[in-house]
Amino acid sequence: MYLVVEQLLNGLQFGLLLFLLAAGLTLVFGIMDFVNLAHGSLYMMGAYFAATFAAWTGSFVLGSVMALGATLLLGIALEYVALRHLYGRDHLDQVLATFGLILFFNDAVRLIWGPAGLALPLPAWLTVPVQIIPGIYYPAYRLAIIAVALAVAALLYIVVMRTRVGMLIRAGASNREMIGALGINIKLLFTLVFGLGAALAGLAGLMQAPILTVQIGMGENILILAFVIIVIGGIGSIRGAFLAAIFVGMIDTLGRAFLPDLLRKVLSGAAASTAAPALSSMLIYLLMAIVLVVRPEGLFPAAKR
Amino acid sequence: MMPKRNTSNAVAALLCAALVLLPVYSAVSGNIFILTLFTRIVIFALAAASLNLIMGYGGMMSFGHAAYLGIGGYAVGILATEGVGSGFIQWPVALAVSALFALVIGALSLRTRGVYFIMITLAFAQMAYYVASALSRYGGDDGLTIYKRSDFAGLINLSDRTQFYYFCLACLFGGLYLIWRIVNSRFGLVVQGVRSNEQRMQAIGFHANRYRLVCFVIAGAICGLAGALLANNTDFVSPAVMYWTRSGDLMVMVILGGMGSLFGPVLGAIVYLLLEELLSQFTEYTGLILGPVLLLIVVFARGGIMGLLGRMSRG
Repeated sequence: MYLVVEQLLNGLQFGLLLFLLAAGLTLVFGIMDFVNLAHGSLYMMGAYFAATFAAWTGSFVLGSVMALGATLLLGIALEYVALRHLYGRDHLDQVLATFGLILFFNDAVRLIWGPAGLALPLPAWLTVPVQIIPGIYYPAYRLAIIAVALAVAALLYIVVMRTRVGMLIRAGASNREMIGALGINIKLLFTLVFGLGAALAGLAGLMQAPILTVQIGMGENILILAFVIIVIGGIGSIRGAFLAAIFVGMIDTLGRAFLPDLLRKVLSGAAASTAAPALSSMLIYLLMAIVLVVRPEGLFPAAKR
Repeated sequence: MMPKRNTSNAVAALLCAALVLLPVYSAVSGNIFILTLFTRIVIFALAAASLNLIMGYGGMMSFGHAAYLGIGGYAVGILATEGVGSGFIQWPVALAVSALFALVIGALSLRTRGVYFIMITLAFAQMAYYVASALSRYGGDDGLTIYKRSDFAGLINLSDRTQFYYFCLACLFGGLYLIWRIVNSRFGLVVQGVRSNEQRMQAIGFHANRYRLVCFVIAGAICGLAGALLANNTDFVSPAVMYWTRSGDLMVMVILGGMGSLFGPVLGAIVYLLLEELLSQFTEYTGLILGPVLLLIVVFARGGIMGLLGRMSRG
């Protein structure tokens, strides 16, 4: 029972974290029609910034806030210097160019911070276990991630659905040319959305940092997961990204936790212990393949183009 | 959009001559390293050429092409570990398994288009990666060392550096010839027609996806061959060879050289791997230069190196 609750919460937490990453990606993808492989690098930069600033200031929260600002600025700078020349180009060109950016960021980080990973220690008040239901304790930090991510998701929902900027973003996602023709400064909007996406990726990175180590290439695995999510959810759809992220987070976490035991009931011990890790890593990709075969547009496609 | 015939032909001829004569240079100058380096380049050129067949001519943007490198490699490695050392068994198996994998994932992936196709091929390659990581009997994450290279009953000795190089080169030329024949055949023209306008080809009465699928399978098999070569070259195969960044590398080679031109991927592989090698002699941080170079190439040199050559020859 305890294990099930814990794993469910872990799944939720991981899913929400993935949502932060996927939200930026799906906005950029949906509105600018831009495939940004370097999104994972922004996630990595968020974590490195946070580790550095937290060490400087001695405060986890202050460091995180500064890191958030830094990734926002980095995203805007990146868009301004490089990526805006790639809008309207072939997806493949964008893949190649942002692939180059991954190489650049990985080695830039290695040059600045060295090849060894960094640790981002938590303040004491976030390390205590919290009693959520009588008898069941859960780490405060993971609860904090859930809370922050939910708050950000709600904020994002309000911004996108209830404000003028959000209206423009949605309009941009369904018809780029038209809102440009209506006299909206689409370049500014793009830069803004890109910066927002970068900040969200940075936030995901810095929140994940205390759980895993801060290391080079940390953005690459999770980037692929984020892509899986936006493909499952339907490109350009924030709601789809949210649901798909929770779904993927749950499946991945629960699969890793319970699949080995399930398999052991069916297969012999040796075969199960070989098959389980592979199968649980594959589950998400399997899921995406199934979704794409059955519904090639994703589960919750954004407004028709 | 393609370069003028004479320029690209001249470049291609020069390239072939240089590749054929390379071992001579290596022997005369005593520079063994260059031969090892170019063996690797030739193998990756073959893999890139196969990717170009589906990407450049077929319009299928596969982001999981490195999977076949791994599958071909593991076919050789696993058979070698199980005591089957004959290349006459290992290599056909490598080709067949790669083709089979391509058939399965192609049949599913080709139901999607555009960026969804990119992602679904990526997903299948990642699955292959995780399967390989779980093969604890065959090294798992750490990879599989191959203690004996494929044995071709004395016909050719793959452990001899020069012979192996020429063997790889022969595979590359054979692969390029095959691709050239395919592209200019009726079948190839249909595939290219489907890339340009699928509906129209359907309307004329071609079963578009069937043609695409066959093309996809052929490319997979050729890349499986490259995988078998690569495993023999490094005496080692590991899941890392299938990781998505490897697929990215292959894509970079194709786009860098020029998609949809026969020798483009070869040129791309040479330039990309040489650049990587050269930079690594100056600095440990190759990505700092390589990354922005890629970006600049995309922004300023559309159509890759072959496209650039074409524009130069037009003045």
